[in-house]
Amino acid sequence: MTLETAVTPRPVSRVRKVLGNSGVTLGGLLILIVALLAILAPLIAPHDPYAQDLTQRFLPPFWHDRAVPEHLLGTDHLGRDYLSRLIYGARVSLGVGVGVVIVSGFIGISLGLIAGYFGGWIDVVISFATTIRLSLPIVLVALAAVAMGGASFTTLVTVLGLLLWDRFAVVTRAATQSLRHQEFISGLQAIGARWPRILFLEILPNMRGTILVVMTLEIANAILLESALSFLGLGVRPPMPSWGLMIAEGRENILFDPWLVALPGAMICLLVLAVNLLGDGMRDLTGEARK
Amino acid sequence: MLSFLLRRLVVALGVAVAVSALSFALIFLTGDPAIAIAGSGGSADDAEAIRLAYGFNRPIVVQYADWIGSALTGDFGQSIYFNIPVSEIIGNRIPVTLTLGMLAFATALAIALPLGVAAAMRPNGFIDRFALVLAVSGQAVPSFWLGLMAIVVFGVWYGLVPISGTDTWQGYILPVLVLAYSAIPELMRITRSGMIEVLNTDYIRSAQAKGLPTGRVILVHALRNAVLPLISLSAVQLGILLSGSIVIESVFAVNGLGRLAWESLLRSDLPVVQAIILILSLFYVVLTTAADLLNAWLDPRLRGGAA
Repeated sequence: MTLETAVTPRPVSRVRKVLGNSGVTLGGLLILIVALLAILAPLIAPHDPYAQDLTQRFLPPFWHDRAVPEHLLGTDHLGRDYLSRLIYGARVSLGVGVGVVIVSGFIGISLGLIAGYFGGWIDVVISFATTIRLSLPIVLVALAAVAMGGASFTTLVTVLGLLLWDRFAVVTRAATQSLRHQEFISGLQAIGARWPRILFLEILPNMRGTILVVMTLEIANAILLESALSFLGLGVRPPMPSWGLMIAEGRENILFDPWLVALPGAMICLLVLAVNLLGDGMRDLTGEARK
Repeated sequence: MLSFLLRRLVVALGVAVAVSALSFALIFLTGDPAIAIAGSGGSADDAEAIRLAYGFNRPIVVQYADWIGSALTGDFGQSIYFNIPVSEIIGNRIPVTLTLGMLAFATALAIALPLGVAAAMRPNGFIDRFALVLAVSGQAVPSFWLGLMAIVVFGVWYGLVPISGTDTWQGYILPVLVLAYSAIPELMRITRSGMIEVLNTDYIRSAQAKGLPTGRVILVHALRNAVLPLISLSAVQLGILLSGSIVIESVFAVNGLGRLAWESLLRSDLPVVQAIILILSLFYVVLTTAADLLNAWLDPRLRGGAA
């Protein structure tokens, strides 16, 4: 990867190259906006996302005639301000995405490094574990595990983290295998460097581009899974404003007020699209072919 | 070929055993399944009675052996909620999920294959860009949300299709399309990249150079080789469609395995959940094993290395 970048005919500055990739720019910008919404939610949100007002239920968003200016995007079945809940929902989605990838990335990368470096029966065992994980129906197993552990944000992140490590393991393993026999690694082995040092300080930094790409894919994956689980009632617990949960709550009134379902779904699409654009863009930048 | 076949079957069998142990172990995640079955209103005596009735007081290995032994003969125990054999309930639901999954897969393939080939013919051309937009959006849209919006637009506003259930064939239209949409991006991308790779090889160029018609070159020479990675992916995607239909089935009120699993979870009917997890996992193992064998048969180079 680094070699290919080195032989490009005209050296382009790193910053310009990154910004020149429209996917990275657009995706990054959108993620930045959502991240700011999540971090600054208490400052930006016009209302308390949990405050109910049963006299103000099902107010429509601003493009309707009945709309009320103080609730720009209307209110839900409990009279809670929808815009505020959508803003706070960014916290859940991003929190799940990042939290899951920290857990799953740690597991998957460690397994992949060890399998790829040592090979032999260790590799066989880890590859076998990966195959088993891939064979499990992920939505159903996650649902069952959350149901057993009791629906909560922490359970959800733990369960998804323990399930989504497969791609990290597969990609890290392949990358480690290709690096293992390079001269700088044999050199380190010759001077007696210990394997944890070789793995985490020498091999791992050499594949950070690839790992970043997998990370974005898995963040998107986790966000989508969270919304699906919350939609099915086995994700985060009400009254927490998760976009998936909001879709489930709005579903009963979808015929009269379709925007209750449309808006949170649009937020999910936007965020996942942004993360994927960033990931695809980075993949192009790190020189991997578009697959 | 024979040693590859044997090796691959041993791995598949190992995975199947491990997966069955995991689906069995799932009900012990809570610590005590008897309390879970007794529910929040159950007393300690209730839990004790359940423990005896279900044999939870026996060693876990004995319980597993008992469960898997019966499962092999098609006996998955009694449903706690319905109080009838699990196999009876599941037997009614499998055809629905299979129909939904197969139709969705066929639809996805029918769209992804030609689109991927067309995109590969002219990279960065109009069709390629359209395909890219379709793929990128397909991976960003949550399918349950797409399903709900489709119900509103096509079911309610235009009244073109029934809004729930699969009593008539029209009821399958929306769930199949929505489910297919989630499988299109990956299938199309791998067709496209496979085709681009093959189209750049010498034997394709010489086929073109000796004046063979383009259509023939693409269909007969290129596609046949580009399709190899598609076989593995197809197995994976079909497996994902079968197990992923859980969300779609609950959106469209389709009485398949997924919806049954979800409802059983909500009413703590664990024997049903266990059985469904096992069956879906085994589908996946069979599909991917079959794909590997098919690939090895089509491409002898693969027989040596794969474990």
